[in-house]
Amino acid sequence: MARYFTEDHEWIDVDGDHATIGITDYAQEQLGDIVFVEVPESGTMLEQGGEAAVVESVKAASDVYAPVSGEVTEGNDALADDPALVNGSPEEEGWFFRMTLADAGQLEGLMDAKAYKAFVDSL
Amino acid sequence: MGDDAKLPLDNWHRAQGARMVGFAGYAMPIQYEGIMAEHLWTRESAGLFDVSHMGQLIVSGREAAKALETVLPGEIRKLGAERMRYSLLLAPDGGIVDDLMVTRLADAGPESFGLAEGEAPDADGEYFYLVVNGATKHGDIAYLRETLPDDIHIRHLEGRALLALQGPKAGTALARLVPDTASLYFMQAGGFIWSRDAGDVGLWISRSGYTGEDGFEISVAAGHAEALAEALAGQAEVKPVGLGARDSLRLEAGLPLYGHDIDTETTPVEADLGFALSKRRREAADFPGAARILAQRENGADRKRVGLTIEGRQPVREGATVVNGDDNAAGKVTSGGFSPSLQQPIAMAYVPAGDTAPGTVITLEQRGKPFTGTVTPMPFVPHRYHRQPKQ
Repeated sequence: MARYFTEDHEWIDVDGDHATIGITDYAQEQLGDIVFVEVPESGTMLEQGGEAAVVESVKAASDVYAPVSGEVTEGNDALADDPALVNGSPEEEGWFFRMTLADAGQLEGLMDAKAYKAFVDSL
Repeated sequence: MGDDAKLPLDNWHRAQGARMVGFAGYAMPIQYEGIMAEHLWTRESAGLFDVSHMGQLIVSGREAAKALETVLPGEIRKLGAERMRYSLLLAPDGGIVDDLMVTRLADAGPESFGLAEGEAPDADGEYFYLVVNGATKHGDIAYLRETLPDDIHIRHLEGRALLALQGPKAGTALARLVPDTASLYFMQAGGFIWSRDAGDVGLWISRSGYTGEDGFEISVAAGHAEALAEALAGQAEVKPVGLGARDSLRLEAGLPLYGHDIDTETTPVEADLGFALSKRRREAADFPGAARILAQRENGADRKRVGLTIEGRQPVREGATVVNGDDNAAGKVTSGGFSPSLQQPIAMAYVPAGDTAPGTVITLEQRGKPFTGTVTPMPFVPHRYHRQPKQ
C-alpha cells in the first residue's frame, strides 16, 4: 500500500484500485477544533480536484477535494457522531471516505511523504 | 501578512505559541492552544485578550458632551464621572458608522493616560475616553474631526496597548495585582496604580468587555504592556486567549461585531440596539438620522437582527441566505459558528419584521443546501456581569 499527498492537504492510501482518503495532521492542526464533517455517500462519482467533503471547525468551513477521480464506496460514518476524531487521529481513524480509482495514472501528479513534508515546511 | 503592523505585544504572543493572522491591518493572535479550549477556559476561569488594535481616543473641550451628542444617540451630558456606556457613532442618515464605549473622565482623568500638563485644551473642559473598533478607527477620527466643532480636541492614544481580562475569575486575578479594582462595578472605570518592585505603572481600567462575562479592559502605555501581560498570564486563573475565541464568546453573548452584524447600511433599530437610544435623546430627536430611526422605533423596521439556533451540527456562516416562503432572499446571516458552550451551531441574522418572534422557524440556505434555524432570544449564554446592587 502506498500513501500519497495533495497540495490541498489530503492523504490517499492506495491499495490496488481502491483508495482511502483523509486530511493530513497539518490540515487538522490548521483547522483547529473540528465540529462537523460531511462525507460523500457511497455511489457518488468524484472528479479529481472536485469538492468531495466538507469539514467545519469552530471558526471556518473548508472543502476537501477528491485527490483522484472515481466512485465513493464508503463514507466514514463515525465522523458524524465524533468529528473530533479528525483532530485526534487524522491519518488513521479520522479517514473521510473510500473510493475506487478510475485512472491510476492520476497518482503520478501527487506527492509522496517526503515531498509533502518539504511542501509543508515551505509554507 | 507581511504588511500587517506589529502591536506592542507581538513578540510576547509569539513566545506564547500564538498563531498570528492579519486583522484590521495588524498581526494578531487568532489562537494559542485552540479556540474551543480557550473559549471554555474564559467561561470558567479567566482569559487574557490583546485588543490593542482597537482605537483609544480622548475627546475633550469645554462642551465635549454636547458635541458628542451630535453624533451619538446616548445620554452623554448626564453621564457620571468614571461611568461608561455603549454607544453608536451615527451617520447623518442614521446608519451605524461604528459602535463604541464612551467614558467620562474625572478631572484627573487625563493624567491617567499620561497626557502632559498644558496639553489639556481647557482647564474647565470635559474629557471623554472612547474605545472604537480597530478596522474603523481612522475613519471614525476623520468623521469626528469633520463633524465636531473646531474647539473639540480629538487625541488618538496610539502609544497605548489595550488588554481585556474576561471571565468569572478575572476579578480575583486582577485584584492580586491591583487590589483597588475590586471596588469597580460593571461599566465603571478609573485610573489605578500597579505597584511593583520595578516601579509603579499607571493603568486605566474599566469593568467591561465583549464576552458576556465579568471582566476588565486595561489601557496601559505600550512600554509596560509586555510586563503587564506577563504578570496577568502568570496568575493561575489566567490563560492567553486569541481572536478566534473572542469571536465565539461575543457571538454566544449576543453582541454584534461591527462590519459584520452592523454597518452603515443598518440602523440601531434594525440592529436591535434600541437600548443605545437614551430617553431624553429620543424625546429631543436630536441625533443623526433621528426622524428615520424614531419612525422605525414607532412603526417597526422592515428587518431586524435576531439570534438563531441551527438544527443539526453544521454551522451556518456569515453570508448564508435567509429564505422566506417564496424562496426569495429575505435576509442574511451576519455571524455564525459553532457554540463551544452550547455544543451546537448558533448565528445572528437579519430577518423580515414578521419573522422576529422567538420560536419562529427560519429556512436558510448555504452553498445550495437548506438549513433550519429557530429564532432564539439573545444572549445565547446568559451574561454574568458584576453589576452594582440596586440602591
